[in-house]
Amino acid sequence: MLAYALLLSAALFVIGTLGVIVRRNAIIIFLSIELQLNAVNLAFVALSRYTGIEGQLFVFFVMTVAAAEAAVGLAIIISIFRHYKTVNVDRFNLLKW
Amino acid sequence: MTEILFVLFAVVALGGAFGVVLSRTPVASLLFMVATLASVAGIYVLFEAHFLAAIQVLVYAGAIMVLFLFVIMLLNLGHDYRADLKYGLWSLLALVVAGLTAGVLGQAFWGASDTGFRGDGAAVAAALDAAVREQGAAGVIAEPLFTDYVVAFELMGLLLLVAIVAAVVLAKPKT
Amino acid sequence: MALAASMPGPHLPVQEVAHWEPVLPGLIVLLPLLGFVANGILALRAAARSSAALRAGTDWDPFAGPARPRTHTLPTWIGPGVMFVAFVLALWNFAGLYGAELHDPVVVRYWTWIVTGNLQIDAAIQLDQLSMIMMLVVTGVGFLIHVFSVGYMKDDTGYPRYFAYLNLFVFFMLVLVMGAGYAMMFIGWEGVGLCSYLLIGYWFTDREKSDAGKKAFIVNRIGDLGFLLAMFLLFQAFGTLDFGPIFEGAEGRLAAGGATVTAITLLLMLGAAGKSAQVPLHVWLPDAMAGPTPVSALIHAATMVTAGVYMVARSSVLYALAPTSQAVVAGVGVLTALLAATIALQQHDIKKVLAYSTVSQLGFMFLGAGVGAFTAAIFHLMTHAFFKALLFLGAGAVIHAMHHALHKADSHEDAQDMRNMGGLKDRMRITWVVMWVATLAIAGIWPLAGFFSKDEIIWYTAAWAGAPSNPFGTLYTVYWLVALVTAMLTAFYMTRLMVITFHGQSRVDRNARPHLHEAPRVMTVPLVILAVLSVFGGWVNVPEPLAESFLGLFGALPMSEWLHHWLEPVTHDAAAIQTAALGEPVYGAPLVGGGEFAWALASTLAAAVVVLAALRALGGRKYVAAARDTAVPGGLRGILANKWYFDEAFDAGIVRPVLAASRWCWKVVDTVLIDGFVNFVGNFTRLAGWTVSLFQTGQANTYAFVLTLGVLLVLGAAVFL
Repeated sequence: MLAYALLLSAALFVIGTLGVIVRRNAIIIFLSIELQLNAVNLAFVALSRYTGIEGQLFVFFVMTVAAAEAAVGLAIIISIFRHYKTVNVDRFNLLKW
Repeated sequence: MTEILFVLFAVVALGGAFGVVLSRTPVASLLFMVATLASVAGIYVLFEAHFLAAIQVLVYAGAIMVLFLFVIMLLNLGHDYRADLKYGLWSLLALVVAGLTAGVLGQAFWGASDTGFRGDGAAVAAALDAAVREQGAAGVIAEPLFTDYVVAFELMGLLLLVAIVAAVVLAKPKT
Repeated sequence: MALAASMPGPHLPVQEVAHWEPVLPGLIVLLPLLGFVANGILALRAAARSSAALRAGTDWDPFAGPARPRTHTLPTWIGPGVMFVAFVLALWNFAGLYGAELHDPVVVRYWTWIVTGNLQIDAAIQLDQLSMIMMLVVTGVGFLIHVFSVGYMKDDTGYPRYFAYLNLFVFFMLVLVMGAGYAMMFIGWEGVGLCSYLLIGYWFTDREKSDAGKKAFIVNRIGDLGFLLAMFLLFQAFGTLDFGPIFEGAEGRLAAGGATVTAITLLLMLGAAGKSAQVPLHVWLPDAMAGPTPVSALIHAATMVTAGVYMVARSSVLYALAPTSQAVVAGVGVLTALLAATIALQQHDIKKVLAYSTVSQLGFMFLGAGVGAFTAAIFHLMTHAFFKALLFLGAGAVIHAMHHALHKADSHEDAQDMRNMGGLKDRMRITWVVMWVATLAIAGIWPLAGFFSKDEIIWYTAAWAGAPSNPFGTLYTVYWLVALVTAMLTAFYMTRLMVITFHGQSRVDRNARPHLHEAPRVMTVPLVILAVLSVFGGWVNVPEPLAESFLGLFGALPMSEWLHHWLEPVTHDAAAIQTAALGEPVYGAPLVGGGEFAWALASTLAAAVVVLAALRALGGRKYVAAARDTAVPGGLRGILANKWYFDEAFDAGIVRPVLAASRWCWKVVDTVLIDGFVNFVGNFTRLAGWTVSLFQTGQANTYAFVLTLGVLLVLGAAVFL
């Protein structure tokens, strides 16, 4: 079952990656990133059956980081939306110049 | 029984994931995300990680997803039904990259691991289960967290504090 | 200077040294430097006042007030004062060295200046018989010229600046002659070049004069390159640049007549030719006459230009090992002497005549140094310093008088053109007399200084021409004949100068004529002292064959062959090497025979005949003032008046090609190639930047895509490899 869980984690990660690449909505890109994080968490948890409790500890830390990231990221989205009146990332191209 | 549950959860998780990426509205994406998170939490339970499963549901599916929902509603994004998927050449490229990623990860998790991963690591798993029985699901994580990893733990607290301050500062309207 | 410790060079046997402690030798060098600093500060203060006045829209005339400002009175005492003290100290040391009769130089090391790799250069000075003579000449004649300058430059606004430069020059000249190695010598060598440049271009607001300064500097650079290369070769051969080890080890380390020593000496010769204005690098010296006349006397007649002769004499051991170089040195010298003397025949500017005369006399010195008569060369250097300084200062007095008279008469005629002079002897008695003394001295009339020194050079040329194994014997014979002819030419052009300047009808502007008057005493006294030296200076080295005859006053002259014996410790090694290589010199004239006495008598009689004939021939001639003299000399005269077209040849052969090459470098290399390359680099970078910037879409998806690709690459490498 462990190996299948790892495969599931890989599949979730790939889907998350697809989401990050193909979507324009900043919120959904964010959700895709959370999906990727969850895929990783799943792999950690599965491997903790094989290597010990540390895997679960990492999941704990990843969740904390994800929470912080969500807070800051959403704040940024709000801030940008206030300026552009949209969350379409194609509009956020100031980095180009 | 376990295998059936695993397959069930896996199917729901994958379907939710596709829903997140493909659904046209953010709210729908969000709900698919909650479904995925819940199924993953179920898989945690199958792996005897009860504490994490609880946090997954409480913190992730509960708090963070609600935060997303708040933002979506705050920004009134629900009306933006315009499909924001990228089609054409770009989606093909994305599929290529996805395929490559799948190949690399599959090789890493499956192809290259003809020893070890295929079994369940019976000895470690048994010790883990024994510890859970002894200290409880929370205690087995808390013990190393407050001893060996206490510095990292405290740093996490600091990170959260900084993130809160940053969020407040960023989201505050410029006067 | 309390730290002045007399130490032997590492090569010297210890017991040789303890005889004599030099007295404050460092102070002799330091005093002119202090004078330079003091006068320099005064010059800066004067310049500050002048520029302040200019900012205020006025002109500062330091002589407008009732009393001269302090910046223009103090240099009168500081400038000549430091020179006098230095001269007294030099005399004191001379007396000490005279009594000590050392055979090895005394080297005083102050500090180690440069250590790099194997090269160690000490700030060290060397006192021996040769440097002592040079010190005496530099400080003694230098002092007299400083005193003369007080009168000559009295009304010049740059008075303190002038004395600052002059003191600085003396400092560097003393470093040059007292340095205990080629490196120290080179410091002085470059320093005097700098001061020469500063003083030639002293009136720098005049474009022509500052150009003359640049010309002197640039031509000297060519020679300095030779000096530098010679130093590199010397260092390669000896591992040091100190005189002591080089001259001690020269015979052992360098094959006599070998390529190395020949190259070293020829390169040194190039340096000497630049500094001492030898053909073809002589072109700067006549132009250097743009400087104030006392400068011409001090730098471009008495001291700096003789540095090349000093250097060859100092390197006598090396030259004795390279007979080919010796022949070249002598040949260049004699050629220079002849060419310059012929040019001097057709010049109208009084200072130009003297300048070419100087070049010619320097050629004689090189002839002497080249044939191995180092003592004779130094002897002539010394007497020439006396009478040529006298001639220049006398010319300075004439120009001074002419300038003032023409100025008073508001005439713009050339104060230096001899055609505008004539008949000055009635107005300037003292100058006239002392100039005649100097003229007779340089012409080689017995018993004046030039007779003994020049005669000795010519005689040694003849003697070495007959040396049994001299491979250049025939060449030396030619040198000897040319030198004889040149000596006669010298008598002629100098008499011509005297006749046109002082005798005959006065051609001075009629209104200016009453204002002509003799120079003030501060100028005439140095003239008289130099005249006395020009008379008696030659008696320190009356050759032995002449001493007992009436040419030596039947043995009454007490210092017969003195200089020869005095310099013996310095020239001894070279003489031994040369005699070993070429055989004993034959003291008899080539081709016709005859001893030194006969030839000396003949030459002085011939010179006297030439002087008298020139007096008769030229005295009766009518000259026209410069403004009305429209005749363009043709034929040989034209060639001589145009100085054998050296300047034109350099212009066509070097200056124009260099200009053309520079223009080509500018138009083709710079604008097309270099600018093109630079622009290409810039454009290419921009193009590359533009191309790469295409990846920067500004879209988060693209970044995510590329990021994923990158991670896959790394991860894939980790997984699959």
